[in-house]
Amino acid sequence: MDTHTLTDTQTTKRTMTGAEIVVTALKEQGVDTMFGYPGGAVLPIYDALYSEDSIRHILVRHEQGAGHAAEGYARSTGKCGVALVTSGPGATNMVTPITDAMMDSIPMVVITGQVPSHLIGTDAFQECDTVGITRCCAKHNYLVTDVDDLAHTIHEAFLIATSGRPGPVVIDIPKDVQFATGPYIGKEGVYKPTYQPKTEPSDHAIRDALDMMAAARRPVFYTGGGVINSGPEASKLLRELQAATGFPVTSTLMGLGAFPAGHEDWLGMVGMHGAYEANNAMHDCDLMICIGARFDDRVTGKVSAFSPGSRKIHIDIDPSSINKIIRVDVPVVADCKAALQALLGGWKRRKLAKPDIEDWKEQIAKWKAVDCFSYPPNNGAIRPQYAVERLYELTKDRDTYISTEVGQHQMWAAQHYHFEEPNRWMTSGGLGTMGYGLPAAVGIQAAHPGSLVIDIAGEASVQMVMQEVSTAVQHKLPIKVFILNNEWMGMVRQWQELLHGERYSHSYSESLPDFVKLAEAYGAKGIQCSDPAELDAKILEMIDHDGPVIFDCLVEKAENCLPMIPSGAPHNEMILGKISGDEIGEDGRRMV
Amino acid sequence: MSKEPIPASAYDMDHAEEAEERRTLAILVDNEPGVLGRVVGLFSARGYNIESLTVAEVDRGKHRSRITIVTTGTAHMLEQIEAQVLRLVPVAAVIDITKSKRGIERELALVKVAGKGEPRVEALRIAEIFRARVIDTTNESFIFEITGASEKIDQFTDLMEPLGLVEVSRTGVLSIRRGKDAG
Ligand SMILES: Cc1ncc(C[n+]2csc(CCOP(=O)(O)OP(=O)(O)O)c2C)c(N)n1
Ligand SMILES: [Mg+2]
Repeated sequence: MDTHTLTDTQTTKRTMTGAEIVVTALKEQGVDTMFGYPGGAVLPIYDALYSEDSIRHILVRHEQGAGHAAEGYARSTGKCGVALVTSGPGATNMVTPITDAMMDSIPMVVITGQVPSHLIGTDAFQECDTVGITRCCAKHNYLVTDVDDLAHTIHEAFLIATSGRPGPVVIDIPKDVQFATGPYIGKEGVYKPTYQPKTEPSDHAIRDALDMMAAARRPVFYTGGGVINSGPEASKLLRELQAATGFPVTSTLMGLGAFPAGHEDWLGMVGMHGAYEANNAMHDCDLMICIGARFDDRVTGKVSAFSPGSRKIHIDIDPSSINKIIRVDVPVVADCKAALQALLGGWKRRKLAKPDIEDWKEQIAKWKAVDCFSYPPNNGAIRPQYAVERLYELTKDRDTYISTEVGQHQMWAAQHYHFEEPNRWMTSGGLGTMGYGLPAAVGIQAAHPGSLVIDIAGEASVQMVMQEVSTAVQHKLPIKVFILNNEWMGMVRQWQELLHGERYSHSYSESLPDFVKLAEAYGAKGIQCSDPAELDAKILEMIDHDGPVIFDCLVEKAENCLPMIPSGAPHNEMILGKISGDEIGEDGRRMV
Repeated sequence: MSKEPIPASAYDMDHAEEAEERRTLAILVDNEPGVLGRVVGLFSARGYNIESLTVAEVDRGKHRSRITIVTTGTAHMLEQIEAQVLRLVPVAAVIDITKSKRGIERELALVKVAGKGEPRVEALRIAEIFRARVIDTTNESFIFEITGASEKIDQFTDLMEPLGLVEVSRTGVLSIRRGKDAG
């Protein structure tokens, strides 16, 4: 508990307005920062915030920005993100971040204003069916019709958002409920009988898993965002279990940082644009230990050819993830931390020895020697991979957080920026939301004021949320927006090259703004670089500037993001060097 | 799997020709606003079938409602349906009535049949055999009330078809389990 928490005697049985209940409940939940945008249906809550100095409210420029900022805040701290928006358009603008948080299991509470109760259902001004619209994209949602239920509902929402498989929860509060007076109830004792996520693994599942691990000859740990969600302790335990077993480790896009990239047994990221060694290890392993990942189609490639010779252990807190895409041999329904603890404890108690996997490691070394992420030297222009590599070298010894937009730059960031710690890498994995990274950086910076926060962006993505630079300037959040400007929706262009006979339909970034002038217009600093020889100095200039920066890094325009598993292909059929255009068959063409 | 030896990979199993099965699921939920929408929305969003659906509050004090859904799918799909429904926050339990040896299913139907003369007499005779009750009658029509397993009702309406069947209203399947325990 922190200093904002009111004691039980102070909070129970106090009467206050609905708006005050909202603010008091947020404080009791330990909320120190929230992101939002006012409007008619939330004015009472904004009024209650007016005189409240223990919660920092970051005013964004578009509600989508508030949602992604809350996500960035949440993922970089492990705490719950909070956003506050008005009814109607405020709520509909939140739908993308809510869906994004659902797909990536990010804990977030979204409070939306609603028209007064008596107007609900009349097509009133700025009315929309917020609970109807968000029913299928949020973990849970509420329409609070009685002020007496409000405090309890808010506490329950935090419980649901942050426990089990985390996710977004929406609380829709009609304006009359915000004005009405009712009792404040503290968070102590709030629970929901129908919601009891299982967090402890069963003994027999752990025993079976350990039996398989001890007998493995070609094992691989396949870890995901669940390890990060489970908290820093889970990452620590993963490292200990790896040290005890000696097994190689790969991770999904969402799981990067749980295992240190500098480790000799790190295989790099798995999946469509993952490492050759990681994908081949997944394909050829005899035991796959999946921890907090969900066999997403970007990871599995062709499902029927996925890791054909392996037994599979799947640790997941969400029972519906197990056997959803890939049949597994040992399901372990548990929080990653608890499962890792049990595996590590069992491994030690049974005095299991590291299995002899030297042949396997030799094979992996051969795959590693392919050096799949290598790229040709700069040829006049800056190669995007080189730009990320230099950014990494110049920032790796600092206290750095990275977010991204969506596209080629996102994949190059995942390939060439390396993470040693969890919670340092924020990206939109499941939904693939262009426009995530800049507002996420705002949220990360709000949570970590003294740290270096960089959004590795594409020139197309960043224009979806450009206005949030103004938020960064207003709130003195010195984020760095590092644009890999290839003048193309590069990932779209790459697919058109690959699948549509080089007919580049509507994927050129026409009429681009002058990003330097744009930065200056917002009161930020603009830097442009096109010469590889100047890149280091300009990156340092960006880092040293005490304020928001837009860095327009002009890169090679037609570079493709490789290696790549073409859609519809198995893991061991990666494209490594050049794309010929014949890699994808008819089936693959129909996939996304 | 705990008591069996370590199985071979799941890939050694053959799922290629998975047949579709029909299942009756009883879903116990907190009776809060929108809960039916959540369950039904999940079915449509994930492409699951609903063949029949019934819902009503069954415990005032505990705010419990019981939803009975008849669905079809492969074994894998049915397993997913159960897991996905259980994931909904207000869902307390999902019971597979079809798989449970103690499951009982019943449906109620109101069946309107119009006709004169011999067909009218024949309709009444068949209704007696099926233990259907007459709940409304005119010179030219009957309304029968019938309860039973869905197949029995299908059979009844099939027989009424040539005798002047006008319309049918069915509740959909209700379910419960035998024995003294709840759930
Ligand atoms: C909101 C949204 N709309 C469309 C897409 C489809 N899409 C994926 S990548 C991409 C192009 C991104 O271009 P840019 O930001 O310049 O990144 P690059 O691939 O060039 O690095 C598009 C349009 C998306 N992911 N998100
Ligand atoms: Mg681009």
